Amino acid sequence: MRPLRSLWLGVPAGAAALLFGLPVLGLCLRAPWGELVGLLAQPAVAEALWLSLLSSGGATVLAVALGLPTAAWLASGQSRLRTLVRLLVLLPIVLPPIVGGVALLAAFGRAGVVGGWLAAAGVVLPFTTLATVVAAAYMGMPFFVLGAEAGLRSFDARYGEVAATLGAGPWRRFWTVTIPLVWPSLRTGALLCWARALGEYCATQTFAGNLAGTTRTMPLLCGVAMENDPGRAVALSLILAVVSLVVLFAVRRGLEVGR
Amino acid sequence: MNLELSGSVLRGEFALELQLTVSAGQTLALVGPNGAGKSTCLSVCAGLLALARGHLVVGGRVLDAPAQGVFVPPEARRIGWLPQQPLLFPHRTVQDNVAYGPLARGVPAAAARVRAEQWLERVGLAGYGPRRPHELSGGQAQRAALARTLAAEPEVLLLDEPLAAVDASARRELRALLHEHLGAFAGPRLLVTHDAVDAFVLAERIAVLEAGRVVQIGTAAELGSAPRSRYVADLVGLNFVVGAVHDSVFTAASGATLVVATAIEGAAVATVHPRAIALFRSRPDGSPRNVWQAPVLAIEAVPEANRVRLGGPLPLVAEVTPAAILALGLAVGAVVWVALKATEVQVAPA
Repeated sequence: MRPLRSLWLGVPAGAAALLFGLPVLGLCLRAPWGELVGLLAQPAVAEALWLSLLSSGGATVLAVALGLPTAAWLASGQSRLRTLVRLLVLLPIVLPPIVGGVALLAAFGRAGVVGGWLAAAGVVLPFTTLATVVAAAYMGMPFFVLGAEAGLRSFDARYGEVAATLGAGPWRRFWTVTIPLVWPSLRTGALLCWARALGEYCATQTFAGNLAGTTRTMPLLCGVAMENDPGRAVALSLILAVVSLVVLFAVRRGLEVGR
Repeated sequence: MNLELSGSVLRGEFALELQLTVSAGQTLALVGPNGAGKSTCLSVCAGLLALARGHLVVGGRVLDAPAQGVFVPPEARRIGWLPQQPLLFPHRTVQDNVAYGPLARGVPAAAARVRAEQWLERVGLAGYGPRRPHELSGGQAQRAALARTLAAEPEVLLLDEPLAAVDASARRELRALLHEHLGAFAGPRLLVTHDAVDAFVLAERIAVLEAGRVVQIGTAAELGSAPRSRYVADLVGLNFVVGAVHDSVFTAASGATLVVATAIEGAAVATVHPRAIALFRSRPDGSPRNVWQAPVLAIEAVPEANRVRLGGPLPLVAEVTPAAILALGLAVGAVVWVALKATEVQVAPA
């Protein structure tokens, strides 16, 4: 029985290890390590990296600013409207990114539903750096809302009640009791959102375009490189991977409060 | 400053009718079966639940009166609430937990910390300030919660089964601590409890809640002499004697003694269920350790039984069936033999 069972589990587990391990190995083996620092010094690469950090950071800030109140409202009860809003907010997770980009264009593009009004008001979103932020937020925010709502739903409301009887008003309770107690969920949600925003490619290209220095983030630069210089694409991918890992760990450490 | 609550509150299908007053410096115990609405009553006082009808007035200030459109939120009420579980904020140190109330009321941080340290000292937790709540035992956590509640300087104190979540060994000390702090607290106090002894020791008056109604309210003696329901008769109709234990002999304030089975020494309260007291026409044989003669002062009917009020140095109440009254030929003025097993006397430290 025993060897058979180990075989049953071992073969798929081994296959999975290869599936996930080989790409990392490939990246490491094929990367022109010596050229990495030189690559970073190239204006196009530095620019793309900066744009990536800007758009993913901006998207995360936007997602938290809009997503936290949304999650608090979603977690505060049950209703048909909540179910509908939750569905809409979580849609980008299941939506193919190209569809997300096309949909954003249909809404905020020059010929979009509200794009015309925005243009009349002097706000042109498509093909600007701001558009990369919006596209990344659209694709990343669902992860934050999902985590934040789960955290807020599991929050024991009696802690808030105790705080109220001790003299704390709603705002004070929210900042000194609710937020600290759901912090692990918020942190995880924000990190997932940021990671998704950093890797955003298709929706960004569709909605924001691929303009060097304005909307060409690292993934887009990688895509461009892939077409004429695969070696360069490998190096750029490695930079992106390293940056995301470094930021993830740094942020995780930095946000470990009160534990 | 009095607390006056009169009205009804809805909890789903369950409607609760409340009618009670507590004066300053007085403790009212709320007793009753599970689901009777005891905790709901505290929630209404704290402002965590609104009245559907009626009013709540504390010290002349209307806190909740739906007809007048008045509802003061909990943070503006100054009513201290000690829930069943300590509910210390897990992300704050013990000291920061206790300082939470003063900070929320606008006390500067340094002064709030000093006040927290003082309250921790008063509940016997000096030096525990820098710890995290999860590093405290159940009894210590409940004490820290008491300190946190009192540090906010409430005008009314609400205690929801403060001894329920604590293990037996810590209960004695905590009960004594509660006794001390309840006594020192100037405002009205409400105490929810399951335990008749807690109600007797900690409260001046007892309100009995059953199925969302206050069925009876009064002192322990008043409730015991005329219980209005089976529940009251069982829970509050207990015989209750204050005295001291030495070497398994309980001596009442009157000088009467009872042999008891306990390891407790010193000041104590003895409780005896009326049904545990056996009455005989002649001196009984057998093993009861406590046998004495007493005159019958009164015979009262309670739901499903009769209670015989006995005189003498140990004025206990015995419960017998109506058939036994006839068989024993009991009448007011008759002298009966009373027998009580040592193991039927429950002794708790006072």
